[in-house]
Amino acid sequence: MDFDLTEEQRLLQDSVARLLGDKYGFEQRKAYMKSADGWSREVWSQYAELGLLGLPFGEDEGGFGGGPVETLIVAEQIGRYITLEPWMSTVVIGGGFLRHGASQELRNELVPQVASGEMLLAFAQVERQSRYDLFDVATTAKKDGDGWVINGRKGYVVHGDSADRLIVTARTAGGQRDHKGIGVFLVDAKGPGVERRGYRTVDGQRAAEVEFSGARAVAVLGNPEDGLPLVDQVVDECIAALAGEAVGAMQAAHDMTIDYMKTRQQFGRPIGSFQALQHRAADMLVALEQSRSMSYFAAMSAAERNPAERRKAMAAVKVQIGRSARFVGQQSIQLHGGIAMTIEYAAGHYFKRLTVNDAMFGDADHYVRYLSETGGLVAAA
Amino acid sequence: MDLRFTDEEIAFRQEVRDFIAKELPAETRERMVAGRSPTKQQVVDWQRKLNARGWAAPEWPKEHGGPGWTLAQRYIFREELQQAPAPSPLGFNINMCGPVIIEFGTEEQKKKYLPRMLNLDDWWCQGFSEPGAGSDLAGLKTRAVREGDHYIVNGQKTWTTLAQHADWIFLLVRTDPNAKKQEGISFLLCDMKTPGITVRPIITIEGGHEVNEVFFDDVKIPAENLVGEENRGWDCAKFLLGNERFGQARVGASRERIRRLKVIAQESMDGGRPLMEDPDFRRKVTEIEVELKALEMTVMRVIATESKRKDKKPDPATSVLKIKGTEIQQMCSELLMKAAGPYAWADGDPDEEEGSNEVDVAPDWAFGLAGVYFNWRKQSIYGGSNEIQRNIMAKAFLGL
Repeated sequence: MDFDLTEEQRLLQDSVARLLGDKYGFEQRKAYMKSADGWSREVWSQYAELGLLGLPFGEDEGGFGGGPVETLIVAEQIGRYITLEPWMSTVVIGGGFLRHGASQELRNELVPQVASGEMLLAFAQVERQSRYDLFDVATTAKKDGDGWVINGRKGYVVHGDSADRLIVTARTAGGQRDHKGIGVFLVDAKGPGVERRGYRTVDGQRAAEVEFSGARAVAVLGNPEDGLPLVDQVVDECIAALAGEAVGAMQAAHDMTIDYMKTRQQFGRPIGSFQALQHRAADMLVALEQSRSMSYFAAMSAAERNPAERRKAMAAVKVQIGRSARFVGQQSIQLHGGIAMTIEYAAGHYFKRLTVNDAMFGDADHYVRYLSETGGLVAAA
Repeated sequence: MDLRFTDEEIAFRQEVRDFIAKELPAETRERMVAGRSPTKQQVVDWQRKLNARGWAAPEWPKEHGGPGWTLAQRYIFREELQQAPAPSPLGFNINMCGPVIIEFGTEEQKKKYLPRMLNLDDWWCQGFSEPGAGSDLAGLKTRAVREGDHYIVNGQKTWTTLAQHADWIFLLVRTDPNAKKQEGISFLLCDMKTPGITVRPIITIEGGHEVNEVFFDDVKIPAENLVGEENRGWDCAKFLLGNERFGQARVGASRERIRRLKVIAQESMDGGRPLMEDPDFRRKVTEIEVELKALEMTVMRVIATESKRKDKKPDPATSVLKIKGTEIQQMCSELLMKAAGPYAWADGDPDEEEGSNEVDVAPDWAFGLAGVYFNWRKQSIYGGSNEIQRNIMAKAFLGL
């Protein structure tokens, strides 16, 4: 058991922290948000230079050779600065599908483009009726010659507006809520039969509503008849990254709150001298540290080979981190008071991202239900 | 970063598990599974078995009879005892007074007391709290006046756990009433048979006799029973309170309670089916399991950082352990009680051998669960109340 980072991991952490410290001040972030893409191409190219875009790929294919711990390290920094670039979509989710589902040929073609920053990916999964169920898929994929044709509508496709390729879940067989009969397809986002409407989300990120009408897939990822295990695996890896992001954002929100409590004067003394507020701040620290522990558990479990165990572990991660993110987010606003209600103050932006982070791929309530239905973490004796 | 136990550690866990399976008497285990405290004799017998195996004091250095384990091994050992469940080595001897004597005591004191502590030839109890000195421990008033070769002690201690079993007491006394409050305190060892000592039971809300008041009326304690320097007893107290950083998490104990809860919730019917099949109940259990998993990982972090730490500065994660560890145990006890439904309400001290309400009025699995729930409210009060823990966090880690 060893929680220390290796020298290489420390270097990675330092270099990301340095880059974002330099490029992601609050005012800079606001400017990126207002730009055409809604994020910064300049920062993106620097991600590429640091190797962050090739992070999960093997060194033999031009990647960084990172595993779950490296992903956690980067994700935490991304959370500290609540960055807007499509790293999670392209590298964690897109990279996950390429690693676990792509043919060698497709990998050879796409991995270098992803690693260099030329290729942006987005995951088109959510549908009107699906809520958080990954298997609830109404979008269809029909065999046509040696290819597949996609029809249907996907919502909240994170960074779908700037993506070059969309990774789409679609039904190849069975009913809408069947676990079997789901395929994962790569579709050219700018190709015929794909219509996108981009929009900004409450956390300052970008997403798109995407309509597929007879769009031809450019490739299949994994088994088109039974792609759900692949989706689960990639989503679980993303949940581990989201955990790291949440910890980074909670840390920043907590730091900001403590600093404010030390400087804000009321009744002739700093508000941090009041015990009621001190105890709240201590409870925030408890939530933060428990979440940090859980983010390590997430990194450890991302590589778990038994899918059922891995799903349960990630469910526990979502529950603990979701609950903590809500508490830390809400209390960081409350302890600041009115100032944090203004859009000009950073705390609210962390709170909004933490709120969305909890809900991504299912919120804490969703996973409490899942975990309670699958027997929980402790066996009866 | 490698978050797994090593192969050696996994093998060690099996060794401990095998030992417990072979040596732990069934009656002791069954009593503890039912949520009752082991009897004095059960604790003594078990401590002696551990001592014979060289495992009586997981944290002590080898030269004083410890097994020379790593932090991870100590954690595994304690977790296995808690999960079994088996009695832990007696805390007053092994985790409180023993380490203080090892750190501050004379050679004679070490020779005289430590081997008897290991074998539980002497049962120790702790004389710290007083009616006027709880969270503000340094406000204690029990007075010790040096007269020749002795201290004459007058005053009152309270919340003295299991003083009714004790052969010896270690206590904090005021030796200099004029010094600043932390600076006039000394650490003394006292034979409970010394004339002038009176032990009076305090019966707690569930009806059990666990804690006591201990009165000192001109009690003569030999000066050689002073540990460390006179008026430096606060150093011993701080050392004692701070040296067990992960002891209060009790992850193994909570895991054992959750297992038990799942068994009971399978027995207990609700709406025509086992309670465990009720989605609301299951979700409550799940919420606790998740908190416990996070706590377990926090303990791992503390172990991993502690074993490399050179300074003695506490880690913010350590404060989480007391607060979360006790909250989780309390939630377990509450759900266990609720699981029993109306059969939780048969009164009777689960630790009383005689005269309790232990007749056939409720299923065996339900008996005493309410008592444990009421009793375990103590957990967030003792060992530095959870509010004191928050004060510590605010000051030491947040700089507020």
